[in-house]
Amino acid sequence: MRKNGAEILIDALIRENVDIIFGYPGGQAIPIFNVLYDTKEIKVVLTRHEQGAAHAAEGYARATGKVGVCLATSGPGATNLVTGIADAYLDSTPLVAITGQVATPYLGTDAFQEVDIVGITRPVTKHNILVKNIKDFPFLIKEAFYIARTGRPGPVLIDIPADISKGFLDDYEYPAEISLRSYRPTTVGHVKQIEKAAALIKTAARPLVFAGGGVISADAHQELFELATKLNAPVTLSLMGLGAFPGEHPLFIGMPGMHGSKTANSALQEADVIISVGVRFDDRVTGHVGAFAPKAKIIHLDIDPATISKIVRVDIPVVGDAKNIVAALVKIVAPRPADAWNDVVNKWKGDTLFAYKNSDKIIKPQFVIEQIYELTKDKDAIITTEVGQTQMWCMQYYKYARPRTCISSGGLGTMGFGLPAAMGASLGRPGALVIDIAGDGSIQMNIQELATISINKIPVKVAIINNEYLGMVRQWQDMFWNKRRSSTCLRGGTLCVECTGSGHCKKPYVPDFVRLAESYDIPGLRATKASEVVPVLQEGLNKEGPVVMEFMVAPEENVYPIVPVGKSLDQAMEEL
Amino acid sequence: MSTRTISILVENHSGTLSRIAGLFSSRGYNISSLTVGETEDASVSRMTIVVAGDDSVIEQVVKQLNRLIDVIKVIDFDNDPIIERELILIRVDSGKGSRHEVVELADIFGASVVHVSASSITLQLASTCDKIDEFIWLIKPFGVKELIRTGKIAMAQPKK
Repeated sequence: MRKNGAEILIDALIRENVDIIFGYPGGQAIPIFNVLYDTKEIKVVLTRHEQGAAHAAEGYARATGKVGVCLATSGPGATNLVTGIADAYLDSTPLVAITGQVATPYLGTDAFQEVDIVGITRPVTKHNILVKNIKDFPFLIKEAFYIARTGRPGPVLIDIPADISKGFLDDYEYPAEISLRSYRPTTVGHVKQIEKAAALIKTAARPLVFAGGGVISADAHQELFELATKLNAPVTLSLMGLGAFPGEHPLFIGMPGMHGSKTANSALQEADVIISVGVRFDDRVTGHVGAFAPKAKIIHLDIDPATISKIVRVDIPVVGDAKNIVAALVKIVAPRPADAWNDVVNKWKGDTLFAYKNSDKIIKPQFVIEQIYELTKDKDAIITTEVGQTQMWCMQYYKYARPRTCISSGGLGTMGFGLPAAMGASLGRPGALVIDIAGDGSIQMNIQELATISINKIPVKVAIINNEYLGMVRQWQDMFWNKRRSSTCLRGGTLCVECTGSGHCKKPYVPDFVRLAESYDIPGLRATKASEVVPVLQEGLNKEGPVVMEFMVAPEENVYPIVPVGKSLDQAMEEL
Repeated sequence: MSTRTISILVENHSGTLSRIAGLFSSRGYNISSLTVGETEDASVSRMTIVVAGDDSVIEQVVKQLNRLIDVIKVIDFDNDPIIERELILIRVDSGKGSRHEVVELADIFGASVVHVSASSITLQLASTCDKIDEFIWLIKPFGVKELIRTGKIAMAQPKK
């Protein structure tokens, strides 16, 4: 069938089951948007910034497991996507980013709004493609989706010059199948390796399950649950893995690492066999690598062979899809009754994994998150977060019961992620109660998306935990940089001569988030006292449609425990 | 630090070389030499890369190379017996009556004369990298005006 490039693209997207695109038009993308104008099968969400589009596509992908799609024009449109693409790369999120490009005769001429986006994104994409011949175009779209969603998922960028999107192909046909000689991800685990893993587990006196985002990508949470419960092994989940095992389960011991629970960190340091599934031993998890898990033999199940022994030397690697490997392992491992090891872990755990000193006057940020959990634990809730202190408290005090309910920027740590991601999650899972728990710093990095939320009536609840600082950096400055709060106070700015650091600054905080929300025609609520937290949450969470809630919290609260950079997991600092 | 020779079969696309070079540079690994050209199948190019690094570095390099979509196969020769060749063009000073000696040395190494001028002689030598190093060391005293090395190409010896 005769179609032009833009028509081919949209037809292919429909065939790839794309039902939503987050995008922003511009000169070289007009041909594509022109076709979208008549396309009923695909909803187009016009964001207010291309970065918002990329994070929204990520949020959609993380909430649904489908490939997220974002679309931007050439030049600045494309470069504005880069942070979102890099974020998706670090968190193995399936994403197809589509960019318009100047027509092929102008490539490399520094034409208006031309950048080499394929060159720019090469290190932060799983793969990327510049379309140079319309004949190849259908195959390349198929390839992009295939690569994005299979193996270890990741972002793929397709750069489409305007003469391709406007040019015609006479005999368009979308390929039904694809096979790449250079890309064949291993999915089935090696039987011998699985048997070796089972044999090692049998010898374990202090087994520990350490799982991550790979379990969620592979939809292997049920298998993981069976494995952990059959072995009575304590379970720790990396930030990316939260939700892969029920947060209230007695075997769950919280997130490990820099701001992880003492129980999880102690268990990693004391375990003799660690069954790690879909994790990559990020430095925020391991602390000082040389002193990580010194007593353990490590089994590592992962779909990406390059993660095996990249950071931590692995004793038994099994490469493949977590779902079928864990299922195979469950079948052959011997059941293990709870024993003294479980008693030890339970004793570490005590009543609670994380603790803070609450106040009946000033609002403690941890208290807000606990209350959000209490009010939403029986609902189909999805939490997205921004980055920094608030993000860490969300990992500590919200107990995720199901996969795809904790959506946070793990690897890249992208401020401004949470609001657009919440938007994408909400559109992907229309029935869910989606809450962006934000810091006052991060939220301002993509605050413009309140317009997208308002206009499209996306029922996202935004909880701004306002501590008036770039809190995590302020905490590091206080703890490790002699309290030199350079450029971290959001009241004062770079440096106030009169600042005593006592938290009694009289400068007004801008913006007024309540009035800001109202200017976007979104209801705004504020709590300034501890007693107001629950009423504000009840009112806000029960409102139809989007709402912004602001909580004026203790400005100088720190995240504990904290394992300082370069220290081992047993050297955590706790609140005095 | 030891060096290791890796051969990579890749899709013959634009951008592939940059992807592979980027993989090395982003990790701070230094490429000692790199050659690339088409194979018996025109859609496939073969690169031969000599990289410096210990075993764990090489292991990571190989894994990361395998992750690239355009990479069809990575051959890490490790310590396997290989057939290797490198080609050089070298222009040597021959102005002070040394031409005869230069040609004699070239003969010993099997280098051929590809150009002669009044003051210089240009030689070509295809040999193993060790032999080439030796040749260069011996010919240096005559005065090397210009030297170009192609970098090594290598293939595994067939198994018996």
